[in-house]
Amino acid sequence: MKNTNKDMKKQINLTIDGIEVGVDEGTTILEAARKLNIHIPTLCYHEDLCVAGNCRVCVVEQEKVKSLPAACAMPVSEGMVIHTNSMKVRLARKHIVELLLSEHHADCTKCYKNGICELQGLASQMLTGDHLFLDLVPDHKYTIDMFNTAIIKDDSRCIRCQRCVRTCEELQAVSALGVAYRGNHMKISTFFEHPLFEVVCTNCGQCVNRCPTGALIERNYIDQVWDAIYDTNKHVVVQTAPAVRIALGEALGMPPGKIVTGRMVAALKRLGFDSVLDTDFTADLTIIEEGNELLSRLKKALLDKDPKVSLPMATSCSPGWIKFIEHTFPEFLGNLSTCKSPQQMFGALVKTYYCQKRKLDAKNVVSVSIMPCTAKKFEANRPEMRSSGYKDVDYVLTTRELGIMIKQAGLDFESLPEEHFDSIMGASTGAAVIFGTTGGVMEAAIRTVYEVVTGREIPFEGLNITPVRGTEGEVREASLKLEKVKPEWSFLEGVELKCVVANGLAHAKKVMQDVKDGKANYHFIEIMACPGGCLGGGGQPIPTNKDIRTKRKQAIYEEDMGMSIRKSHENPEVQLIYKEFLGQPLGHKSHELLHTHYTPRKRY
Amino acid sequence: MATNKNSYITELVEHYGRSRTSLMPILQGVIEKNNFISDHDMTDIARELDLSAAQVYGTATFYSFLDTEPRGEYIIRVCKTITCDMHGKRQIIQTIEDMLKIKAGETTPNKKFTLLETNCLGWCHEGPAMLINEKPFSGLTPEKVHDILSEYMHK
Amino acid sequence: MSETKLKRVDLIFGEYSNVKYKVLTDTIKRSNDEILDDLLESGLRGRGGAGFPTAMKWRLTSQSPSAEKYVICNADEGEPGTFKDREILTRVPRKVLSGMAICGKVIGAQRGYIYLRGEYKFLLPDLMKEIETYNEHAKSIGLDFPIEVRLGSGAYICGEESALFESMEGNRGEPRNKPPYPTTSGYMGKPTVINNVETFVNVMMIMRLGPVQFKLLGTTDSRGSKVFSVSGDTPIPGIYELELGMPLDRFVDEFGDGDTKAVQVGGASGFCVPRKKFKDTVIGFEGVPTGGSMMLFNSSRSMYNVLHNYLEFFEEESCGQCTPCRVGCQQLRKGIEAVKKGDKKSLYLDQLLKLSESMKLTAKCGLGQSVANSFSSIVYNFKEEMIY
Repeated sequence: MKNTNKDMKKQINLTIDGIEVGVDEGTTILEAARKLNIHIPTLCYHEDLCVAGNCRVCVVEQEKVKSLPAACAMPVSEGMVIHTNSMKVRLARKHIVELLLSEHHADCTKCYKNGICELQGLASQMLTGDHLFLDLVPDHKYTIDMFNTAIIKDDSRCIRCQRCVRTCEELQAVSALGVAYRGNHMKISTFFEHPLFEVVCTNCGQCVNRCPTGALIERNYIDQVWDAIYDTNKHVVVQTAPAVRIALGEALGMPPGKIVTGRMVAALKRLGFDSVLDTDFTADLTIIEEGNELLSRLKKALLDKDPKVSLPMATSCSPGWIKFIEHTFPEFLGNLSTCKSPQQMFGALVKTYYCQKRKLDAKNVVSVSIMPCTAKKFEANRPEMRSSGYKDVDYVLTTRELGIMIKQAGLDFESLPEEHFDSIMGASTGAAVIFGTTGGVMEAAIRTVYEVVTGREIPFEGLNITPVRGTEGEVREASLKLEKVKPEWSFLEGVELKCVVANGLAHAKKVMQDVKDGKANYHFIEIMACPGGCLGGGGQPIPTNKDIRTKRKQAIYEEDMGMSIRKSHENPEVQLIYKEFLGQPLGHKSHELLHTHYTPRKRY
Repeated sequence: MATNKNSYITELVEHYGRSRTSLMPILQGVIEKNNFISDHDMTDIARELDLSAAQVYGTATFYSFLDTEPRGEYIIRVCKTITCDMHGKRQIIQTIEDMLKIKAGETTPNKKFTLLETNCLGWCHEGPAMLINEKPFSGLTPEKVHDILSEYMHK
Repeated sequence: MSETKLKRVDLIFGEYSNVKYKVLTDTIKRSNDEILDDLLESGLRGRGGAGFPTAMKWRLTSQSPSAEKYVICNADEGEPGTFKDREILTRVPRKVLSGMAICGKVIGAQRGYIYLRGEYKFLLPDLMKEIETYNEHAKSIGLDFPIEVRLGSGAYICGEESALFESMEGNRGEPRNKPPYPTTSGYMGKPTVINNVETFVNVMMIMRLGPVQFKLLGTTDSRGSKVFSVSGDTPIPGIYELELGMPLDRFVDEFGDGDTKAVQVGGASGFCVPRKKFKDTVIGFEGVPTGGSMMLFNSSRSMYNVLHNYLEFFEEESCGQCTPCRVGCQQLRKGIEAVKKGDKKSLYLDQLLKLSESMKLTAKCGLGQSVANSFSSIVYNFKEEMIY
């Protein structure tokens, strides 16, 4: 972007804590203070969301103004003199935190967020030990929604900052969570206070990522996994999703953007998993199945002129997106790829192919997955996901839960050696790694599909198909002209393959609405439910913001570039499984184990 | 998904339009008809206005007069704010409770009356005051309340 | 008892002109600057309680560049002890509509709304009749400014202007962050003038009488008259139009029952003035401002009960979004209960006074900020009643 003088914003000069600073017009006091490395505490504020200004923790003193403005919501003005740590401010802030604590069920040692809770952090900063005010918790009839397989909502820990509500509305366009009632009865609520599993919640967990307290957390399965590990009769297999390896470090005190694949594998082995495998393997497998599915749909549409074929075809890797489409666009369920997500393909193969090869009885095998995602927990519990005859994936842990297990085991993560995934189902490619970012499935698919159709490698330098690399906060459209195709694909000669990549359900909604309204003419749609794709998933380390996600994204592409194999169809174990077990893509066995169908759900 | 939409919702939506600014008039229209807004009505409205059901619920529960639980044909709202309180609100409530054999917050078994307390009705100079549906009654005494209610009971 | 009664005024409730909408018809022939100059000259300040200079509000809005603008009449009169807007809308709705239409012309708005509280729905049939008359008349004089009514549904906070916009937009009535102010971003994010019912009537009367005549009423800081809603322990409760700037002792002499121990000026969000301060208290922008509510309490009343009633009111009527107001109101109510019961020492009242001060400093909107007014003025002045 060019920065012309016309675009330049007016400069505003102000003084914060005695330091003069010039900032663009429209900057808030909070942002201006951060430029000066003055940290004003916040709670309801979140970089990803619109400004609410409702917790009032960030109040500051402005000279010549009687009240204390909220730094997050107050734009700077010329000559403003701000004090962020005056006596007035300190007392007011302490009062506010004390008030929040008085209606908060503060049994911190029993809370999942103990130690990483933002309210707890503020309380310790403000030395709130003297309990200035009366306990209001007994006056409220708080409810805890524990009926869901993915997310637990505990109103007694809620501080009504509405971050979750804004997340659900602004980022995800779902609004399963809203604000209900008013005054002392005001609460964060679903429709008619129904449990989450009865409403349009997609289990994406973006609210969990942004909840400052323990009011919204993932349902954790840590103890169940430990039990399985300790059970000598059980063979415990673990798979790790692409986006875990570039974020796990954050949960263990490392800076964002660190690739910790080898250390993660080492840690999992030390935790006692019998076999440490890679979801990347089924990511590659997904590309083969999904790529062929796309081609077969294109063939039916373009060659056979079959009017019943559903195009555009949409990816089906993201379980948050699946539940979203089930609720919101059920008429387009036929457009979803029938491929299961890599997690579920993996689960189905663990209890069939893997057991067969390793001569194990599937009933003694426990299949665990480590995911950047909370919706995967829900997915694993779907009735559709038992095609091995067992529950294909027994337990889903988030990146955060794995972080906790590593801490529980006393491992010094940073000093662990780099180890390799076990085989079989441990081999991966760069194409699989980029599943972890928006645009990754699209890029991986194109790397393969193009080569299948033309017999040539995709002509992008370093195989980096940058036009489809999604960006947070936007819908990316791209097209690819197919030329000089192989004779068997002659119907594709000259066809311009139209693709679209979207991340975050708000953008997914926009794409699907365009499709519905006939405004868009795509062949292939990639949707990831979370901002930035899986790297910004609801199971990733907290905190999250654009900066952190950008670093994770860089790490993913770095990991891709570092892989010796970059194309899914070249994954040797994928080639092997077709030879030994599956036969051919979209074959009978594939259909049985790797594909599924979803059913409409109520939107209201 | 096919659901049996209530025709009055369709009418209201057609009359006020489908923008969010129509939400309050539509909810008020439902109240006028049914004295409360059911979950079914809320989902219908959400569908028509392209809102989430939780958003409609959130708006409805914010307003005291947009009841989300079943109410009687006549909703009696007795003002409980200061001057009405000072001038005998308690006896007024007591009189109504005795006559209808319900407590404040309850609805008579025949679904004819609901008795609620409410904040300032704007009749402070003539308190105690109450609304029956939208009709105000002020300068209440137990006797006066008795007469008013008797009339309603025979309606 | 006083020798001379306070002067009665009938600016607001005085009769209509003989010719229907005459003042409006005449005024729209004048230039916007002339009208604004007259308003400025009159010294008119908003009658809702906050007292923002009306001319400035209108000028700012007229200067906001936007093709779409609105005029809103705030008839969400919910302040305990206030009932004058109901009376105005019942008796002189034409004056209100005229004031709104003048505003519409001056700022260049296309549409006006009256946001009428749900409790006053019974006013609707008559009001609609007058609005029909107005709309026809406006058309006939070439004024493209139709007016309609939007109803509230029982939420005090919607009297706060930005909460009122939210409500009209179909949302929960939660006040917005300010800035931006309505003059640039109000209803639907467009420049909006929102004024109290009485303010619009004042505008109309200034246009009829001229600013000089208007200024003869009241004091330098508080020009004009005010409609007072008088209630509580008084033999003559009701609506009275009096000059602004009157001393409270004279008011009590005339309206009290001879045993007045306190007057709550400005409703639950206003100030409580005890007997010993009647003499030094002036009702007006230079002293204790009021949206018109005057509640008198005699010595038989427990000020603890009064305060408790107010706090319960605020607890329920707070929108609940911001911490100081949502939790603070609960703490203040529960706190005075604890002191009364002896569960907390009387010193705890000081803690609560500090809390109310913090609420005043940090709450997001006027509701939360003003809880401290009644709280501190009652607790300071009637401390023993809080304890024993």
